[in-house]
Amino acid sequence: MKRRSARAGSMGSRRPARRSRGAGPSVRGRDDRRVVLLVATRKGAFIYYGDSQRKSWRVDGPHFLGHIVNHLVLDPRDGRTLLAASRTGHLGPTIFRTVDMGRTWQEAAHPPAFPKAAEGERARAVDYTFWLSPAHPTEPNAWYAGTSPPALFRSEDGGMTWASVEGWNDHSMYLKWNPPQDGTPDGPILHSVLVDPRDPNHMYLRGNGGTFESPDKGRSWRPLNKGVEANFVPGPEPEYGQDTHCLWLHPLKPDRLYQQSHCGIYRLDRPGEQWERIGNNMPREIGDIGFPIVLHPRDPDTVWVFPMDGTSVWPRTSPQGRPAAYRSRDAGETWERQDRGFPRAQAWFTVKRQGFSADECDPVGLYLGTTSGELWMSANEGASWRQIAAHLPEIYAVVAAMSP
Amino acid sequence: MRVLIPSPLRSYTQGKSEVTGSGATLAAMLANLEAAFPGIRFRMIDEQDRIRRHIRIFVNREQVHDLSARLSGRDEVQIVCALTGG
Repeated sequence: MKRRSARAGSMGSRRPARRSRGAGPSVRGRDDRRVVLLVATRKGAFIYYGDSQRKSWRVDGPHFLGHIVNHLVLDPRDGRTLLAASRTGHLGPTIFRTVDMGRTWQEAAHPPAFPKAAEGERARAVDYTFWLSPAHPTEPNAWYAGTSPPALFRSEDGGMTWASVEGWNDHSMYLKWNPPQDGTPDGPILHSVLVDPRDPNHMYLRGNGGTFESPDKGRSWRPLNKGVEANFVPGPEPEYGQDTHCLWLHPLKPDRLYQQSHCGIYRLDRPGEQWERIGNNMPREIGDIGFPIVLHPRDPDTVWVFPMDGTSVWPRTSPQGRPAAYRSRDAGETWERQDRGFPRAQAWFTVKRQGFSADECDPVGLYLGTTSGELWMSANEGASWRQIAAHLPEIYAVVAAMSP
Repeated sequence: MRVLIPSPLRSYTQGKSEVTGSGATLAAMLANLEAAFPGIRFRMIDEQDRIRRHIRIFVNREQVHDLSARLSGRDEVQIVCALTGG
């Protein structure tokens, strides 16, 4: 409906973002590809272009200065459609779209919104869009969006118009699966919308009551939380009500799921139903609480977490003020600390659930953004870290994508 | 009628701080505004036709809370963005 130009951007992109991969093998890092970091913050969006060695980074931005940008995602299927989930303190939520890496932006004609409620019905309104996921590669223009309150929306036209996915949003169990009083300080959210690369109908998501699975493209859902602790509700482990902080499936082994939960780190191998708490193998003094979890693009047994202090009043900062990633290379049996390059003391990082990601290169590059506006990377799979930007606004999301 | 546009919404009005509106009710005026400046309405009014939390609408300097408010051609409608904090 409207085309408004925004800030100048630069190069386009024709390569897939790792996070949103569909079926098919990963492409190993090649000399002609560059990593692009899509950084969403509380005060705007920034795009960082790496050189061929991932040594120097050029920033393009801010885009949408002053807007609250929750997620910035590049479509791996066409390599050029980039969506931004945005609102401002005053203005309602919307989606912006660019196909030229932010040189020009177009606003969605119909952003995610609930249908108008009939008299006497619950009148729900989308507060903000938190999450964006491209759908299956066989549905090239389809996307999913997760919002607060926790609802699922689908676009069939590359993000220009969005429709409510009634199978979730109007499910008879909706209020039990999404307890309205729970959630983040910014309200309850839906995220981690994952599509099985083998089957566009098979989906997972994180609602406000844990992990859920659909066999039929979102028409029906069931909880998938067995074995996941929920120590904030009384009684035995519930069927739903857990708090999944971050959920991924491995693109090359889609029956392998990992989650960082409010109550630990878990792995599930389907068709199994019982999550295993692999975080029990973390050092006791560090614990296994955190927000994000990152998967290696080629090795389903390798996974990274970024622990935070979940004791007493839940500071949600690096334990003991000493930031570190932890890596497992055996699907969670053992973990190793990776802190070289991070400050040794008095560094109280918080990394949110969308704030840690990996590229597709070999060796894998890791990228994380803190709520204090620092961007850190490792070009050697976590062996050492260095800061590549500071003084940004509060970072909500860092997505590593690839461009030529 | 005169419609005063606050700075956060001027990206929709080509930078204009004042536009001409029409309509017998606030709802009708906003529909016409949307037709002229697509996308502007949803940033102010949610999908249940409620004025968003940090938007204030004044008609002749009196705040109105409902889209059914009556308007005439001589009215001045002022849209205000009201939010404090960091």
